[in-house]
Amino acid sequence: MRVALNLQDNLLKKVEEISGENVFACYQCGKCSAGCPMVAEMDLLPNQVIRFLQIGAGEAVLEKRTIWLCASCFTCAARCPKGVNLARMMEGVRVTILRQSNADQVTPPEMVKEPLPQIALISALRKFTT
Amino acid sequence: MEIAYFPGCTLKTTAKSFETSALAIAESLGLDIKELPEWTCCGTVYSLAEDDLMKQLGPIRTLARAEGLGYSTLTTLCSMCYNTLVQAKQFVAGDSVRLQKINNFMEEESDYTGTVEIKHFLTLLMELGLDRLKEAVQRDLAGRKIACYYGCLLLRPESASIDDCEQPQILEQLMQALGAEPVFFPYQVECCGSYLTAVKPDIVARRAYRILENARENGAEAIITSCPLCSFNLKDRQKNIKAIYPGFKDIPVYYFTEIMSEALGITKTVENS
Ligand code: SF4
Ligand code: SF4
Repeated sequence: MRVALNLQDNLLKKVEEISGENVFACYQCGKCSAGCPMVAEMDLLPNQVIRFLQIGAGEAVLEKRTIWLCASCFTCAARCPKGVNLARMMEGVRVTILRQSNADQVTPPEMVKEPLPQIALISALRKFTT
Repeated sequence: MEIAYFPGCTLKTTAKSFETSALAIAESLGLDIKELPEWTCCGTVYSLAEDDLMKQLGPIRTLARAEGLGYSTLTTLCSMCYNTLVQAKQFVAGDSVRLQKINNFMEEESDYTGTVEIKHFLTLLMELGLDRLKEAVQRDLAGRKIACYYGCLLLRPESASIDDCEQPQILEQLMQALGAEPVFFPYQVECCGSYLTAVKPDIVARRAYRILENARENGAEAIITSCPLCSFNLKDRQKNIKAIYPGFKDIPVYYFTEIMSEALGITKTVENS
């Protein structure tokens, strides 16, 4: 994949501010991706999300499915040898997109039409809408 | 000592059998738990944005109410409520500026000071002691091979965990005390796909398939959980699984309290719950 580097990447700053995490604490061991339950469905590995942010190519992360497929399960956070909470960074990227675009990523008509438990509906709306 | 009970929205609807069985167990074991008279949604999933205090109001309001009524302990059944309340409590602990802002916003409540302790119902059972649970058994579950599924939010992040993050034992110990045979099941802590079920049911069905097949390969005849969302994904998504993997055979999924109330002789059988 070709990416344009932007060393004044303010996405990086925003994600750090929103997540309270240090993107550069990650040393790319890949343990997060090895244990991520959603990785088979993703188009970018979780550690690659961080890598792109580190090299100032955060833009490349924005169009990927990965950040919307993260289920906030905290497996990565519990296993990271560097104490990085990747789940928070995923949320940082999601929240940045939601705030900048001011557009919901899913609308109720697009949601599954069957009797879902409330916790499924409310969680999805909390994660995918502004 | 009376303990406040926060049900959360799903326990009143799709997970009604979870609440009914748990309350019956609490009563029969002499646990004094009482539903909070006024409660609001906790937000279901913890907000990870440091700068968004609004999303912390739901869980903190519930804690403030419990505290205002003089409770020192609050219990939950739903894993998601448990996790959201614990992480919200941690979010304001030791940050008086944040706490002040949130309290200012909830003028109508008494100030939250951070004293109320949050304990999952499983923790309360463990505190009663396994011997006490064994004594209460009426119908031994001998021969029942059960896979104990924890999922995410009882165990992660570590600061919110009710047990060891990778090798939890609480549910297995509970099942053993009831005479059942917990099976070793490596997928016990693997996420089921959670709320993605509302937008990507196929992805969740593929996740659930792997979890259920792993339980079955290890000899389980049923699976237990404490999360209404895990329950939905593992149980109700079995119809989606069959559409993707036609050879898939159903496997029953229960709340741990359903199996437990059967053992304590409170309900006849979980089959028709
Ligand atoms: S486990 Fe931690 S250090 Fe390793 S790649 Fe993932 S975030 Fe980076
Ligand atoms: S929190 Fe997200 S990125 Fe981390 S392991 Fe879970 S699904 Fe994967």
